[in-house]
Amino acid sequence: MNLNEFFHMGGYAFYVWTSYGLALVVLLINVILPLRQRKQLLGRIARAAKRTRRNTT
Amino acid sequence: MFNNFFHKMASPKYFYNFSGRLIPWLAAGCLLLCLAGLYYGLYKAPPDYQQGDSYRIMFIHVPAAWMSMFIYVVMAATGAIGLIWRLKLAEVITISSAPIGASFTFLALVTGSIWGKPMWGTWWVWDARLTSELILLFLYLGVIALYNAIDDKRTAARAVAILALVGVVNIPIIHYSVEWWNTLHQGPTVTKLDKPSIHLSMLIPLLLMAFAFKLYYAFVVLMRARCEVLDRERHTGWVRELAEKK
Repeated sequence: MNLNEFFHMGGYAFYVWTSYGLALVVLLINVILPLRQRKQLLGRIARAAKRTRRNTT
Repeated sequence: MFNNFFHKMASPKYFYNFSGRLIPWLAAGCLLLCLAGLYYGLYKAPPDYQQGDSYRIMFIHVPAAWMSMFIYVVMAATGAIGLIWRLKLAEVITISSAPIGASFTFLALVTGSIWGKPMWGTWWVWDARLTSELILLFLYLGVIALYNAIDDKRTAARAVAILALVGVVNIPIIHYSVEWWNTLHQGPTVTKLDKPSIHLSMLIPLLLMAFAFKLYYAFVVLMRARCEVLDRERHTGWVRELAEKK
């Protein structure tokens, strides 16, 4: 099987590659979201901690 | 030893650190299985004698559909554990599972639709399998919306657990829909008890992808659970220390 045939998928290229592409996008988003959320959370908690320390001392 | 493990896991700090060490291994395993699955599924496996190359959508569609049901059962089980034993970690897993389950359900529906167009000639039919899977998506979305609608996280977790438990009735309906009703959707080919009517060259990539998705769920649910733990414990000393070290 050559590369052209591989990407052609026996005429079903659109259906096959759309499915795989969509799966890749959805799975990547699900990894990126918690990574971003963790960063934001830690930043917010650090800022809040700094604020309370400033107010108490 | 087992008791000790569960005892330790009940401590949010221990869970946070332990899962942090586990995630990279699970992610690496997932990636390896995925690459092997794609290689065998897209390249090695021969075209189907009836469906040509379009059947390769199966390697995404079927594992995604399995995961959509598996994650729902996990959600309901951890929901029950959270309700009965008031285990915070169970609550966290319940709510962290919902978006991932919704994603897999969405993928199962959409890839099924994309597969249906060339094979059945239609994107969608209101048959039992497709409709019950769509209801599953709404259940997941309901769980997410309900959790966000209630301010107190522990009350929210209890409400969500009850919804998840009630909704679990949909799972056997999805599974048996192809036997109970006349559906356009084909019957099971792998989980038949006698012998699977699928060739080994297609079964291998299917199972590889299925395990890859399992590991994917494992590491992503831990990532989400860690965020949830951080948020719930944001006023405690160890979380503040952790945040300020970053």
